[in-house]
Amino acid sequence: MVDIAPRYAPAAVDDVAERPRSWRAGVIGFCRRQPLGTVGLAVVLVMAVAGLSAEWIAPYSPTSNDFAAMTEPPSWAHLMGTDQFGRDLFSRIVFGARTALIVGFSCAIIGGVTGLVLGVASAYFGGRIDLVLQRVLDVVMAFPLIIMALAVIAIFGSGVFNVIVAITIPLIPRCARVVRSSALAIREMPYIDAARACGFGHTRIILRHMVPNVLAPFLIMLTAFVGQAILAEASLSYLGLGVQEPTAAWGLMLQGGAEEYASTAPWIAVFPGIAIALTVFGFSLFGDALRDAIDPRLRDR
Amino acid sequence: MYRYIVNRVLLVIPTLVGAAALVFVLMRLIPGDICVVRLGSGGASVDPRTVALCHAELGFDRPLILQFLDFVWGFLRLDFGVSMWSGKPVAEEIAARLPISLEIAVVATVVAILIAIPLGTISALKQNSWIDHVVRTAAIAGIATPSFWLGIVSILVVLDISNAVFGAPWMPPIDYVPFWQDPLRNLSMVILPALTVGYRYSAVTMRMTRSAMLEVLREDYIRTARAKGLVERLIINRHALKNALLPVVTLIGIEFAFLIGGLVVTEQVFNVNAVGRLFVLAVQNQDYTLTQAIVMLTVAIFVLANLAVDLLYAWLDPRIRFG
Repeated sequence: MVDIAPRYAPAAVDDVAERPRSWRAGVIGFCRRQPLGTVGLAVVLVMAVAGLSAEWIAPYSPTSNDFAAMTEPPSWAHLMGTDQFGRDLFSRIVFGARTALIVGFSCAIIGGVTGLVLGVASAYFGGRIDLVLQRVLDVVMAFPLIIMALAVIAIFGSGVFNVIVAITIPLIPRCARVVRSSALAIREMPYIDAARACGFGHTRIILRHMVPNVLAPFLIMLTAFVGQAILAEASLSYLGLGVQEPTAAWGLMLQGGAEEYASTAPWIAVFPGIAIALTVFGFSLFGDALRDAIDPRLRDR
Repeated sequence: MYRYIVNRVLLVIPTLVGAAALVFVLMRLIPGDICVVRLGSGGASVDPRTVALCHAELGFDRPLILQFLDFVWGFLRLDFGVSMWSGKPVAEEIAARLPISLEIAVVATVVAILIAIPLGTISALKQNSWIDHVVRTAAIAGIATPSFWLGIVSILVVLDISNAVFGAPWMPPIDYVPFWQDPLRNLSMVILPALTVGYRYSAVTMRMTRSAMLEVLREDYIRTARAKGLVERLIINRHALKNALLPVVTLIGIEFAFLIGGLVVTEQVFNVNAVGRLFVLAVQNQDYTLTQAIVMLTVAIFVLANLAVDLLYAWLDPRIRFG
């Protein structure tokens, strides 16, 4: 039947003894205990390197057309083939990594930090402020992401910056809600009363005493947000509402030509999709492993 | 209990009003004018007097607050007005397309549940085995893969296979036939979009099932059940799964509401003329009445799904209703 023995093994004791002390030991310990997370981290690092040094890695310019080499299959000259305008797909994917990472990290950090402050403040003040703030967040949350993004882009126009705004807004309530529920528990802690008794201001109590204590769930959410934002950017660009030509973006590469040439030149459709999936996959694996490593209740799972 | 229900139901009102205000303001901030689009479709310049007439006809010359109250009042009476673009009643425009969207969503949900709950349970029971690792990796891949790309690739694969097997490429039908008229044709249209959306859906559900199951399996009463020698199958089915499914049901409800909003992209890939497509057109045409109705529809589904989940929770867990 079910093997129940390992679950009752005294894992916690070993954990304490093994707990890495230095930063480097921490990374090694993480890699050993979370093999899948390490794979995720590796993918993330590869993408980061590709995005940061796109100019040196990409063999061609991502925007230069070569009409003598249109829809060419993958070869040594064009590792992933060329698209219908004769642009090198590998170069476009490498430059696309930059777009994806800029959007992914900006959205996650701006949306996450805003959500963090709103969530903690909502829990700290409670009462009417909490009630009103939660209703406002409910409204934003009930608005489907794609509809909100459509509206933002229709009003402000498309472009990387507006895409970031469009994707960030729906992320805020999601973060605020999770942070608020952890912050509610912290508000009842004696040290918050102590801080109040010392006469500290609200800003100081929120930023110095409450925020650091909700950082663990917050950081985990942040890695998930990067992946979600990259997916959302791809969907928007695919719909023609996100990043515009000729900027290299993965979702954009799947628009138009990819479907038209799907049966004769499948590589146009296949490689950008793999790039999106692999990157988000990497961030998710890493985020999951981070959660398991940080949350002691999940350690022995 | 009574108090809790009343409070919870009342909280729905500010959310709906807020959403109505948001969509009302957003639509009017979007630059463009439906009258100019409608009258000047040939690219010719439009006479300002004709535009003014058109504005008066659509009620744009009235104060904004009155327009808003009209919209809310109409919504309360379930009267959504007439599409500013086609002139047909909004309810009719949506009703013609809603069955397709709903059918895709329902089939995707059924597929997701059938795959996710058994696999999630097995994954939890065989924790850290190779099955667990395979299932978890497949689930994360499902979350990471964009459904529209999965759609493109699945069309590609179907084309290639049908070409190889029948000698002629086969594509899913584009025009919608109700299920009871031609079940096969209906399903052949719906199944691919449903599967591509369902993969992500089942991945999310599977992860929730697994973690809820793991949590429940550590409870004391499971140990008691084992100690008294209860058959493992009964422990899992009757004691563990029943309790573990509570958060899973929540997730299914909320994801279903999200799904309706997310169908926009999938409908684009499969060239399905359903609510998502209608919405994109409505926004492009500046069709206020139609856009507002569709947004309010999705928001209402989302809010009601959340309400149902919360009430279900209160009913099942006495700590919430008395807390």
